Amino acid sequence: MLVGFSLAVQKVVAQENLGSHDSSESNFKPYTQNIKNQNFSIEMVPVKGGSFIIGSAKEDAKDPAETPAHKVKVNDFWMSKYEITWQQYDAFVFGEFGSEQFQATEKLAAMGIDAVTGATTPYVEMSFGMGKETHPAVNVTHYAAMQYSRWMTAKTGVFHRLPTEAEWEYACKKGQTDTLDDLSSVAWHSGNTQDKYAKVGQKAANSLGLHDMLGNVSEWVMDQYSKDFYANSPQDNPLNKPTKLYPRVVRGGSWKDDITRQNCTSRQGSTSKWKKRDPQIPKSNWWLTNAPFVGFRLVVPTQQPTPEQMQEYWLKAIKDFGR
Amino acid sequence: MKKNKNSSVKNSMPRREFIKNSSLFTGGLLMASSFLSPAYANKVKNDKKLKLAVIGCGGRGTGAVSQALIADKNVELVAMADAFEDRLTDSYNNLNEMFGGAQINVKPTHKFVGFGSYKKAIDEADVVILATPPGFRPQHFEYAVAQGKHVFMEKPVATDVAGIKKVMAATEVAKHKNLNVVVGLQRHYQRSYLEAYKRIKRGAIGDIVSGQVYWNSGGVWVRPRKDNMTEMEYQMRNWYYFNWLCGDHILEQHIHNIDVANWFIGEYPTTAQGMGGREVRNGKDHGQIFDHHFVEFTYPSGAVISSQCRHQPNCMNRVDEVFQGTEGSSYTKSNESELKSYKKGVIYKHQGEDDVNPYQQEHNRLFAAIRQEHEVINDADNGAKSTMTAILGRMATYTGKQVTWDEAMQSNLTLVPDEDSMTFDVKAPVMPDEQGNYPVPVPGKSKLA
Repeated sequence: MLVGFSLAVQKVVAQENLGSHDSSESNFKPYTQNIKNQNFSIEMVPVKGGSFIIGSAKEDAKDPAETPAHKVKVNDFWMSKYEITWQQYDAFVFGEFGSEQFQATEKLAAMGIDAVTGATTPYVEMSFGMGKETHPAVNVTHYAAMQYSRWMTAKTGVFHRLPTEAEWEYACKKGQTDTLDDLSSVAWHSGNTQDKYAKVGQKAANSLGLHDMLGNVSEWVMDQYSKDFYANSPQDNPLNKPTKLYPRVVRGGSWKDDITRQNCTSRQGSTSKWKKRDPQIPKSNWWLTNAPFVGFRLVVPTQQPTPEQMQEYWLKAIKDFGR
Repeated sequence: MKKNKNSSVKNSMPRREFIKNSSLFTGGLLMASSFLSPAYANKVKNDKKLKLAVIGCGGRGTGAVSQALIADKNVELVAMADAFEDRLTDSYNNLNEMFGGAQINVKPTHKFVGFGSYKKAIDEADVVILATPPGFRPQHFEYAVAQGKHVFMEKPVATDVAGIKKVMAATEVAKHKNLNVVVGLQRHYQRSYLEAYKRIKRGAIGDIVSGQVYWNSGGVWVRPRKDNMTEMEYQMRNWYYFNWLCGDHILEQHIHNIDVANWFIGEYPTTAQGMGGREVRNGKDHGQIFDHHFVEFTYPSGAVISSQCRHQPNCMNRVDEVFQGTEGSSYTKSNESELKSYKKGVIYKHQGEDDVNPYQQEHNRLFAAIRQEHEVINDADNGAKSTMTAILGRMATYTGKQVTWDEAMQSNLTLVPDEDSMTFDVKAPVMPDEQGNYPVPVPGKSKLA
């Protein structure tokens, strides 16, 4: 089912939450997000919104799902400079969850956040021995990535979420990521890696300053995957809001994909096979067992949504029986 | 290192007292776990509906039921047992939702809750799934086999030596009755491992002389104490951290990798020595278990395996096995394997992303064996001995001493009470001190049993 879902264009809820998130011209610049009681930060890069052509012109399209190319508009947002790393993600998995770990309870209540919980710890080792720390977190479900956004919101008081598919493609295209002669200078792919991902930020950034948009790990975006969404998509900040567990969209290609998959328009849908080796029923809400090539990055929209709209973005878990 | 198969057999002699079935040994090598059976008394026709019971209705028990029902459409779940009603109800509801009611036929009177409920559920079935915390497994397996049931049981199959002996004795009964027993050491049902194993047995890397096996990760779940829980209920809920229930992560989890060493070498170790402790995970809800163990296992052939397992966040993570042979080396991890010759480089590589899910394959094989007349699967021997290997390693890290297989077996270490005598109000086998801390083993001070 296709559901158009416009991004909130609400007045900012709580000014004091925003701090550096004032999007006026003078303040719409890169910033470093510190995270309460953690010894790491997350670098954010501004992406000035605008209109662009999403998808591939028919003669270029390798996949009909990338068509019809059509004009859409996205609002301003910040996007994390790098894919979220294991160090950043494990703080959520293995961290403390007492109220003292987060923003003041009243402040969070105003954002509609009561308790914050973390992912279950995985039974198997999820980096598959490819490296932790500043390597990208992988095998993370779409739900888990959204709950990480919620955790980040509670940690910082600033609304975080996954990018929409349109925002992701906009940031990729506006950054001229796939128009280079030498894609290997920006992307880790099957032709220049040894069957594994690399630490984030080793390849050159795109012109917006975003690293690893192509290659390294594929990245979750908000949307349900639907091959005919582009034929029906709204023009203003489109989002195909997920109502089913599968398929949901990942973008950008990974270390497993060859160079032809490293571009701004290729769309891939998740499948239940990504949890093939989860021996439990129901299968984990939090972990994939067969997707060491799927990670994510976060965005912060300049126009922060209402508490009700925030809940809509973080979605609810759907039980997974693997069939 | 020179390997002498004759001397390896000689060295292993004392262990035969415990191994009993010396026919499993052929020049120091183990035969495959399935064997041709002289009698097919238990074989059932394909059109016979097989009745299934599950003992232990957590996520894994529920998952195993789903795999059994998928493996064979003519199987019906008829009985369930769990210590906790809430776990049983969740499991039942999830299975009903998953299968839309098909193949699920559990009458309200066939949902058995509490200690000792395993018997009633097993009585109702032809095939049983044993998936409680491992401390209870020996008693469940013994009963299931006595009642003539085919079994799928999760690893490990015991947490103490008394339990191992019980499983070994029941294994002999199961063989006598031609019962099929699959143990959830799923690497034996995973193509990447089977393909590597086959080539190693043919001599692709020569004789294995050493290896390193790993399960280093951040750790697993914790279920904190809640108000109104008796001590026994708390331990049963948070079972991972209590030795009588779990056996420590060197057993509960790292058994997979230690078992691969036993399997590929074709022997079980004669001695273990090692070190371990709890450095990071040492809160009250972490009970008694260590957060790291490092063990050297020495095999009759002379092969030495280094085994490491760690449950500490933000450290190097690794779950795989590496072996060095006289002519080459092997690497196995999940659905990948690679064999290398020292002279020729890579001689075999397997990338098995699309291979059949090993958890499903366990049940595909089990039900095919139950229905067909050519094979009886009995993994229980190896299940017991690989479980014992991990217990041996745990004894070495807890005591700080070198421990031989024979000493370990003679200790008759007993951690688990008779389930039929248990209630949620009886004293738990291990109790906290006044501050709520549990006794943790101290190397150099802790005794073998």
